[in-house]
Amino acid sequence: MYKNVLQSMTDVAVWPIISFVIFFAFFITLLAYVFLVDKKFIQYMKSLPMDDETPKSSTETVNRHV
Amino acid sequence: MQPFFALLLLSQNNLNRCTHAMEIEKFSYDNKIVKAFMIASVIFGLVGMLVGLTAAIQLFYPIFNFSDSPVGQFVSFGRIRPLHTNAIIFAFVGNAMFAGVYYSMQRLLKARMLSDTLSWIHFWGWQLIILAAAITLPLGITTSKEYAELEWPIDIAIALVWVVFGINMIGTIIKRRERHMYVAIWFYIATFVTVAVLHIVNSFEMPVSFFKSYSWYAGVQDALVQWWYGHNAVAFFLTTPFLGIMYYFLPKAANRPVYSYRLSIIHFWALIFIYIWAGPHHLLYSTLPDWAQSLGVVFSIMLIAPSWGGMLNGLMTLRGAWDRVREDAVLKFMVVAITAYGMATLEGPLLSLKNVNAIAHFTDWIVAHVHVGGLGWNGFLIFAILYWTVPRMWNTKLYSSKLANIHFWLGTLGIIFYALPMYVSGVTQSLMWKEFNPEGFLVYKNFLETTVQILPLHGLRATGGLLYLTGAIIMTYNLVKTAYAGSFIANEPAEAAPLAKNYVIKTGGWHYRLLEHKPMLFTVLALVAILIGGVIELVPTFLIKSNVPTIASVKPYTPLELQGRDIYIREGCVSCHSQLIRPFRSETERYGEYSKSGEFVYDHPFLWGSKRTGPDLHRVGGKYSNTWHYNHMLAPDAVSTGSIMPAYPWLFEQSIDKASTAGKISALRTVGVPYPEGYEETANAELEQQAETITASLKKDGIEVSSDAEIVAVIAYLQRLGTDIKAEKVAVNQ
Repeated sequence: MYKNVLQSMTDVAVWPIISFVIFFAFFITLLAYVFLVDKKFIQYMKSLPMDDETPKSSTETVNRHV
Repeated sequence: MQPFFALLLLSQNNLNRCTHAMEIEKFSYDNKIVKAFMIASVIFGLVGMLVGLTAAIQLFYPIFNFSDSPVGQFVSFGRIRPLHTNAIIFAFVGNAMFAGVYYSMQRLLKARMLSDTLSWIHFWGWQLIILAAAITLPLGITTSKEYAELEWPIDIAIALVWVVFGINMIGTIIKRRERHMYVAIWFYIATFVTVAVLHIVNSFEMPVSFFKSYSWYAGVQDALVQWWYGHNAVAFFLTTPFLGIMYYFLPKAANRPVYSYRLSIIHFWALIFIYIWAGPHHLLYSTLPDWAQSLGVVFSIMLIAPSWGGMLNGLMTLRGAWDRVREDAVLKFMVVAITAYGMATLEGPLLSLKNVNAIAHFTDWIVAHVHVGGLGWNGFLIFAILYWTVPRMWNTKLYSSKLANIHFWLGTLGIIFYALPMYVSGVTQSLMWKEFNPEGFLVYKNFLETTVQILPLHGLRATGGLLYLTGAIIMTYNLVKTAYAGSFIANEPAEAAPLAKNYVIKTGGWHYRLLEHKPMLFTVLALVAILIGGVIELVPTFLIKSNVPTIASVKPYTPLELQGRDIYIREGCVSCHSQLIRPFRSETERYGEYSKSGEFVYDHPFLWGSKRTGPDLHRVGGKYSNTWHYNHMLAPDAVSTGSIMPAYPWLFEQSIDKASTAGKISALRTVGVPYPEGYEETANAELEQQAETITASLKKDGIEVSSDAEIVAVIAYLQRLGTDIKAEKVAVNQ
């Protein structure tokens, strides 16, 4: 049945090619971006959640009732 | 290359200098809104789990449907199952998501939320939606589309509240004091835009009245849109916001930065880009075109990579901190949550393989799968952030770490006691449904034999649920005691320099900060990433409308059948009965001819279902007598000994809502069902005529029933199901 569906679309052959090109381009760009990112910048981004306060251990208890 | 990197470093130094030179501003973080969302999450979580436990018990003790009591029709399984799923997804997990987002976003952006008023409109708006769901679902006001059951006025309210959330979020991002958006913020942005798109597209419906509408789409298209929505609701409501939460709270709790920020970038983009394509794996072996099914499978398998990248990134963040995992309940919950994420995201793609899906689909295996995700990933991550934030927001220490540890073990055992029996049950169901004897006949011809076989496993599952709920109650006590011991910091003071207005990226550095400081561009790109998959998947299937092989004998439902179908929807029959016979010999032997796309062209909405607690009903029409259906709906156990189906005595007392017939016919005509013009005026006369035929046939068996009774419409609908094709065969034979 898929043939019926696809054949009725104009230039359907280009559909999987477009999909592949988009997909390929997307991931190549992503990988290039990730590997080109400056290391210092990565360190800076990494540290963002650590900046806002001094973390404490959360489950220390003042008094053990149980 | 060296000058290039030198320039990068230079611009980095400029960035740092810039920040230091600015005047420091004092402001405060809004903890009150976080507290409100947390309280709502805990309360609705307990309610949602309790409803789930009740539904689980109903499956082996049908008496807990309370069918014969006055409240019977509001608490029968079909009504409360959507109540459970909606309460857990939108109330428990949804409120926790907002709490996590509001807590982490303010701190990551070094800014209070854009507007306290918007925050509170968001909070109360969301709670009103939950209240509306809690009222309408037990009343049987439902669209029947899974996780999108709420009727159109509530859909509009959801869209509006979601926009308020979005404005508040994007506004906060715009007025931020930290120029760069940490990866958690990316996940929140993707959540906002994608849920908006999914909700709007899946909610196109034609209102009949304030409480009733018909899906704009029919049959195969409706199924595709629904599972594109359903699958991505899991992705973008239950997963991406919690990945953002993981990327913020895990480093905080472990006291060390995330293992690989590069990996988190890949995790984000790959996940949102791929996830959106995978929806059709919910419809394998259905009448959806093969290419769409294959697309769903391929992308589901690809999803393993980003999902496991994320899981490993989470677990590796704990490197060197595993000694603390032994003592810190927060980290314990997080480790199990992230592991459950990894397990569920491996299992999901494997379940999308057609050969695995052939076994697992419609069985309890799927129930186990979603609960590994729900109880393990969402539940445990929520518990972790509650244990982590409550002591901080109340400026105290946790009341009892011992109780937190007890909660952890009860929860973990709960997940095991839930999942394992459901796996065994799922495989048992599949094996029994498909077993043939040497003569080529089904060994377990009666569906009920399988149902009875798995009852003990359902008992064990409920025990698992009880353990999990008990843990959550202990947590609630622990957190309340913690809050009472401390004093709440409604506005947590903070300070940071505002963004420099004259910020210029130096030459050479443009590409590596391309996105992190441009929220609007980022939002647009995230939207594009999710739209690509959606468009490529949905567009050809929308064009299918003229290509579904039309079956001449398939006609629109008669007015009585239509009313019966709406009662079927109201009672949530679709929770337990599929209407989709897959092209397997085991199914065609048991149920009859496999389902064809052309048979569903007038189904607004589609009712294929996703689970077979009871048998498939697509070809039930003509299989039993009217009298059989009458007696069966009144007392299922008396007709089929051992049946766990609830009784529906109210269908025998309530009258068909004939006043709605004309409106329903007109609404369906608007969405494309070829009822002739003016048909709505004569529809009720035809309805009465057909009802009389059914009551006359019942009378022959000594059953006196009013032709207005709802049961008559239900019988008409059930007797119609799947008969269009049978009619065609008869015609051909003649």
